[in-house]
Amino acid sequence: MDIVKTGIAGTLESSDLMVTIKESGEDGIHLELKSTVQQQFGEEIKEVALAVLRQYGVKRCKVSIEDKGALDCTVIARVRTAVSRACGNVKYNWEVGR
Amino acid sequence: MLNAVDREIPEYLEGYGKMKLFDKFKEGSVKDLDRFQDRLVYPNRKKIISSIKRAVEAVGLKDGMTISFHHHFRSGDLTINLVLNELASMGFKDLIVSASSLTDVHAALIPLVREGVIRKFETSGLRGGLAEFISNGMMEIPIQIRSHGGRARAIVNGDLHIDVAFLGVSSCDVYGNANGFTGQNACGSLGYAKVDAEYADHVVMITDNLVECPNIPFSIPQNQVDHVVVVDKVGDTAGIMSGATRFTKNPRDLLIARHAADVVEASGYFYDGFSLQTGSGGASLATTRFLSEKMARRDIKASFALGGITGQIVKMHEEGLIGKLLDVQSFDLTAVQSLRKNPNHYEISAAYYANPDDEGSAVNQLDVVILSALEIDVDFNVNVMTGSDGVIRGASGGHCDTAAGACVTIIVAPLLRGRIPTVCDRVHTIITPGKTVDVLVTDQGIAVNPLRPELQERLMKSGLPVCSIEDLKERAYKLTGVPREIRVEDRIVGVVNYRDGSVIDVIRQVAK
Repeated sequence: MDIVKTGIAGTLESSDLMVTIKESGEDGIHLELKSTVQQQFGEEIKEVALAVLRQYGVKRCKVSIEDKGALDCTVIARVRTAVSRACGNVKYNWEVGR
Repeated sequence: MLNAVDREIPEYLEGYGKMKLFDKFKEGSVKDLDRFQDRLVYPNRKKIISSIKRAVEAVGLKDGMTISFHHHFRSGDLTINLVLNELASMGFKDLIVSASSLTDVHAALIPLVREGVIRKFETSGLRGGLAEFISNGMMEIPIQIRSHGGRARAIVNGDLHIDVAFLGVSSCDVYGNANGFTGQNACGSLGYAKVDAEYADHVVMITDNLVECPNIPFSIPQNQVDHVVVVDKVGDTAGIMSGATRFTKNPRDLLIARHAADVVEASGYFYDGFSLQTGSGGASLATTRFLSEKMARRDIKASFALGGITGQIVKMHEEGLIGKLLDVQSFDLTAVQSLRKNPNHYEISAAYYANPDDEGSAVNQLDVVILSALEIDVDFNVNVMTGSDGVIRGASGGHCDTAAGACVTIIVAPLLRGRIPTVCDRVHTIITPGKTVDVLVTDQGIAVNPLRPELQERLMKSGLPVCSIEDLKERAYKLTGVPREIRVEDRIVGVVNYRDGSVIDVIRQVAK
């Protein structure tokens, strides 16, 4: 899917995260992560977010995540919502899952 | 031989030895008339000295010496920054600062570390800017962490020699009789300061409230005091609360608290005349409420409560549920007022509280202690010192002292904090060794140390949800994933002493 606008999902509450997905001029996915649990779970959060983007077939975008210690299920839900919004897709396909 | 009052005294007497003749006041007055004259001219001079600078000169402080402070004002402390800034402007270098603890307000000392005024910190805990500064390896000499009992032991046996103690007090007279529970800026018990006052070479009292002599009741007596300095404000009373001691409404904390009270009831140590201590964390405080109900229902009264005294504990005392309060540190204003008015609310020193060399120290008479934890591992080792990023943000306090002394040591903690599992494979910093911890109560189950099978049996008989600590860890990891270890540098920034003075762990610089 193509990113056509900026899609934002989530909050900065504890145990949540805020995901912002934007169009990118270059190929590939550029992921920036700021997390309160960076040391313990930074890599895992990145992997989970990238996996969701792959499922949606996103090839180029800029993603920034500000995480406040969310569990994987929350990360997946927020990234899916942000991608859907950024693609202009209002019909969320919640069936796409791991 | 005739002595000075014309009595015949032998030079030597069998069974006594050589007789030193009374030879004073051969001429003139027996008494020091000049002193009496002074008293008329300057009725309020006594040990009063006009400034911190002059007090420092009078006690002969030198570069490299050890100076000490108490932390009874907690975040409202003004004394440490005030004195050290004065010492900096006097040009002192290489000082060792030994405080009973340090807090976020002491970030103001960072420039003095950079300038070489302060060479080393010794403390129970550390938070905020100064803690980050040190965790990032900005100090040449590692800080030394001692528990409250460990610090008292070190002072009493001479491991920690204090050259000058600067003690902020809210009420003091011209000879140095002082207490912390009267005056505008009261902080309550002076339990930690009492040890410093007794053993330091020199003691300088700093007060903003000079009262009529003799200041009774006093917690620190005049004979331990060299000088008294009057300043504008000694500390901020509001700072002693730091939001730590309110009743929680968090349902998870309440669930943990309810279970903790159930554990106390089932432990076998819930009998008429039992004794207890509770920490100041949300769940720990809430436990007192559930315990109160059980005590009233079963007509059980506690003989004493120990430690940091909170408003909740005071309430139980005033309701007749707890006979006596032994107060080494007052955690809120209700406790401060109670110390002033309730005769069985009694101030004790840190040595009385928890000196491990003293068999009779109060922690050894505890039946139950309820403590919190940042992390606890599958061996029951507890971390209350370093956060999930490896940065120092806590205090050793009386954690390991009470854990070692109490018949039942209960740790209360949520299974997860955000995504960080509280129960883990290996805590980052060990403050309290697992062998002194008996029960872990989380919101998702209760684990008993295998060293206490009889306790486990009693809890299971009462129908409590007991499982192994490994089960709790697995449950946590299933939700969060397996956490990676916190990355650290080789460089050691802090040394953690166990209460006996041995080194139980080190804190390493957080990775760049």
